[in-house]
Amino acid sequence: MKLQRSGRKALALGAVAVVSSLTLAACGSDDNSGKGDSSSAPTTKASDIKCGDKGQLLGAGSTAQKNAIDQWVKDYQAACAGTTINYQPNGSGAGIQNFVQGKVAFAGSDAALKPEEVTASKKVCKGGQGINLPMVAGPVAIGYNLEGVDNLVLDADTLAKIFDSKIKKWDDAAIKKLNPDAKLPSTPIQAFHRSDESGTTKNFTQYLGKAAPNDWKYEADKKWLAKGGQSADGSAGVASQVKQVNGAIGYFEISYADANQIKTAKLNTGAAEPITVSVDAASKAVAASKIVGTGNDLALDVDFTTKAEGAYPITLVTYEIVCDKGNDPKSLKSVQAFLGYTASEAGQKAISDKGYAPIPTEIIEKVRKVIPTLS
Amino acid sequence: MSAVTDKTPQGGIHPSAPSLKHARLPKWAPAATAVGAIAVAVGIGMGAELSSKIQWGLIAVLLFVGTLHVLSSKVEGTRQAKDRLATSLLWVCFILAVIPLFSLIEYTIAKGLKVLDAAFLSHSMNGVITTETGGGIYHSLIGTLEQVGIATAMAAPIGLLTAIYLVEYGRGKLAKTVTFFVDVMTGVPSIVAGLFILSFWIIYLDFNFSGFAGAMALAILMMPVVVRSTEEMLKLVPNELREASLALGVPKWLTILRVVLPTAIGGIVTGVMLAIARITGETAPVLLLVYGSTAINNNPFDGPQDSLPLYVFQQWKNGNEPSYDRAWAAALVLIALVMAFNLLARGIARWKAPSGGRG
Amino acid sequence: MEISRSAPTQAKAVVPPESGPPNLRQTPVEPPAPQNKGKVRLGDRLFSGASRGSGILLLVIMAAIAAFLTYRAVGAIADDHGNFLTTKEWNANATPPVFGIAVLATGTVISAVIAMVIAVPIAVGVALFISHYAPRKLAQPLAYLVDLLAAVPSIVYGLWGALFLVPHLQGTTQWLDSFFAWTYVFDASQPEVTPRSLFTVGILLAIMILPIVTNVSREVFLQVPRMHEEAALALGATRWEVIRISVLPFGRSGVISASMLGLGRALGETMAVATVLSPSAILSLHILDPGGGTIAQNIASGFGEASPFGRDALIASGLVLFVITLVVNGAARLIIARRKEYSGANA
Repeated sequence: MKLQRSGRKALALGAVAVVSSLTLAACGSDDNSGKGDSSSAPTTKASDIKCGDKGQLLGAGSTAQKNAIDQWVKDYQAACAGTTINYQPNGSGAGIQNFVQGKVAFAGSDAALKPEEVTASKKVCKGGQGINLPMVAGPVAIGYNLEGVDNLVLDADTLAKIFDSKIKKWDDAAIKKLNPDAKLPSTPIQAFHRSDESGTTKNFTQYLGKAAPNDWKYEADKKWLAKGGQSADGSAGVASQVKQVNGAIGYFEISYADANQIKTAKLNTGAAEPITVSVDAASKAVAASKIVGTGNDLALDVDFTTKAEGAYPITLVTYEIVCDKGNDPKSLKSVQAFLGYTASEAGQKAISDKGYAPIPTEIIEKVRKVIPTLS
Repeated sequence: MSAVTDKTPQGGIHPSAPSLKHARLPKWAPAATAVGAIAVAVGIGMGAELSSKIQWGLIAVLLFVGTLHVLSSKVEGTRQAKDRLATSLLWVCFILAVIPLFSLIEYTIAKGLKVLDAAFLSHSMNGVITTETGGGIYHSLIGTLEQVGIATAMAAPIGLLTAIYLVEYGRGKLAKTVTFFVDVMTGVPSIVAGLFILSFWIIYLDFNFSGFAGAMALAILMMPVVVRSTEEMLKLVPNELREASLALGVPKWLTILRVVLPTAIGGIVTGVMLAIARITGETAPVLLLVYGSTAINNNPFDGPQDSLPLYVFQQWKNGNEPSYDRAWAAALVLIALVMAFNLLARGIARWKAPSGGRG
Repeated sequence: MEISRSAPTQAKAVVPPESGPPNLRQTPVEPPAPQNKGKVRLGDRLFSGASRGSGILLLVIMAAIAAFLTYRAVGAIADDHGNFLTTKEWNANATPPVFGIAVLATGTVISAVIAMVIAVPIAVGVALFISHYAPRKLAQPLAYLVDLLAAVPSIVYGLWGALFLVPHLQGTTQWLDSFFAWTYVFDASQPEVTPRSLFTVGILLAIMILPIVTNVSREVFLQVPRMHEEAALALGATRWEVIRISVLPFGRSGVISASMLGLGRALGETMAVATVLSPSAILSLHILDPGGGTIAQNIASGFGEASPFGRDALIASGLVLFVITLVVNGAARLIIARRKEYSGANA
């Protein structure tokens, strides 16, 4: 009977597919050392890394530092066989919550712990509290897509007006003034912001609020509080929209601009030359920042209004959050070993070609001193 | 095109059997109308300089449906014309539905085949930097298979039994309440199911992230789908079958197992497959509960795992070309995997079913 | 022949569906007086107990979820400095927290309605097409294709929607705006902006739920007793009349519950909405304008960075979604109740 036959055929086909996927599943491998680009070879010698205990180390939090952590994890795992570090980029807020619930050994965050979060951390850090260790900084690029315009220069006031929908066309007088040589079309500006809450948004709006207080009246928040404009989910979403839409402008970590070949605007900060977004320029801005944390807590305050030559002020400092006392003894050694590597000279150097700025020497040295005292 | 293959009304004895008294449109009429409609639409489109091809298509469709209807009602009478109208509208529905779905599949296959190879299937993402090429989905594949397997093992029997209760035993308040809440349960957003397990299992009972936690949330999402579709199928089993079996002295539970379930097995299996399809693609609860991992973890009861939809989601979030490639390839694997299960299940259903049905 | 086109009708056709007297069809099926009492009773009791237990377990799970949602939501809503029902913004992490579901609930309903309006007629059409119209050789592969599409994960629909659908809907949006702006809903204030609007979301959701609704509907249409159809044919009905007289009434309750499945997915869809929509706190019925939001999308975007209080607030919005589904399902249930007589079983 025809029906029966086609049924058997389907059965056989399905069985073959399932069985083959299962046999395939029996021969998986965690070893990726032989694959990928040549540049993905470990950037550090194994001797730079002191290994902690074997087993799995869990971390969670900021998406902004994901690529840096990826690089560090790769190097660390290459040197320390038997250790797996699992960092979940589920957002700073979720990372901190996982941390205060004792589900992860360390959290990555775009912002220092708030007072109530410090209080909450005392429950899991027995006899101590959560502290912020600045580990990596990343410049936030202003990406744009405008045919025929290559070296766009903007300043804080203009940016504020653009993102507040006060400047609506690319040939607005304010933009013309900053770019006298460019042929600006009258294309409408489509400003993209993040629809999800993020440290990147907070950092960017903080910059606008500090550097353009007259034109930006909104509070700095993880959520975009201004009206108007378009939004997209995640830095990847914003970047892909800016790439697709002519006349678009948006903000995202520099790695997204590089990965998608999106043009970035130069920033007129009041320094002699407009600043091109780069890792070095971000490092210079971080160098001007102050430590505001007390004791072992090394939370930083970035100076958004800096006019220093070559300093790019829209720079996001991200932290690793751990307990100063009362860490889980099972993971303590691994945490110390891993963070010890990330704060080391080799660790900081390893991430500079991934779109991240190393933390300036005097601050990172303090971090290095804190790590061995964790208990 | 659609109309060219539409020859069924002409073959054999069919519903609108041509009576000797009525005039009929010639066989080639629909095809000719279609060609004409497309030609005119292209003409209009070019003439009016309509840029969107969608508009061209719409014009062609309207012309085709309209012309055929008018022709048919002139020649064949109103009833036949209505039949023609329905036939052409159904074809249009079908084409409308297939275009985007086809485009989606084509897009996924075209993009997914780029990095899909044996190494991609047999390696994890352990130690791979996401801005670079390399890595694979092995860890996610394992995670998905295990989580969905556990979820199905929990949800399918419960769902099936609940449906049997509702159709065969349920009378009164309890049954009504269950039916109502099953409906409500279909509306539970996946992220809420995830939140529930998160606060109950992980925060309150203090278990760690694991594949099993994810499977529980998936089971919650799966149960109502299984119940609803199974219920619908059981209801459609003619009562006469049950009565005949009972009249022969077969106990009720055996009647259900031997007569009712086999009759409806095709639909039930489809329902379960739909439910599996729904949960295999879920990202949110998996993200909250199994945590995600870049390394292989074969044990669903201990430690973080990964899953394919989560993998796709995270690669998309990475926002660079190598990651997009991996995302599409993983999506393709996921679809293929579900399809394989689907074929298997359908095959079993066919094979076991006593009377095939029309499916 | 029409009948031979489909599978041989064996066991089912042997018993004429209309053979039972009407009064018998309405009484519940009771087992006949068992002859070997003890044995039968035990099997029956175990089986009915197990199935009853499953039903109760399901209720317990639901009760647990509902209780938990309410418990978390009440605290959050009590501390809301805005009006939970009418505030448009969602700033639950701010101090003081101000949040409301006005925009989100409206967006959820609008996008789901658009999806249902587009998807259900087409899905029923496709289901009928596969079950009654398509050439036999085409019908099987088509059924598989639809099954396959139901398996496409929502994140893939999201990617496809963002990269393919949105750019391709620009023309449609402008066309709707220029010809139907007078309808108010199709009046776009910025037709030149990329259409990352509730309308686009609705279309994407329609495409997403189409396979599910089609699948279940097709399965139901295939179960229509052949006798019903053959009786109609014997009276000289055209194919469309057969469908109208025997297939559609029989399948109505199935189509409604299929639609409910689809609606459930449309209301709760997260990733596809998040990648396609350009959310904002603007309440507007101009569905072609970018903006608006849905409850599920808001939960997904807000969850990662939410404070514990913000998380509870998001759970409160989840509760609203829950209530919306409850109301919709109640309505659907009423419709089904009136159509019960077409069901084959007595339940």
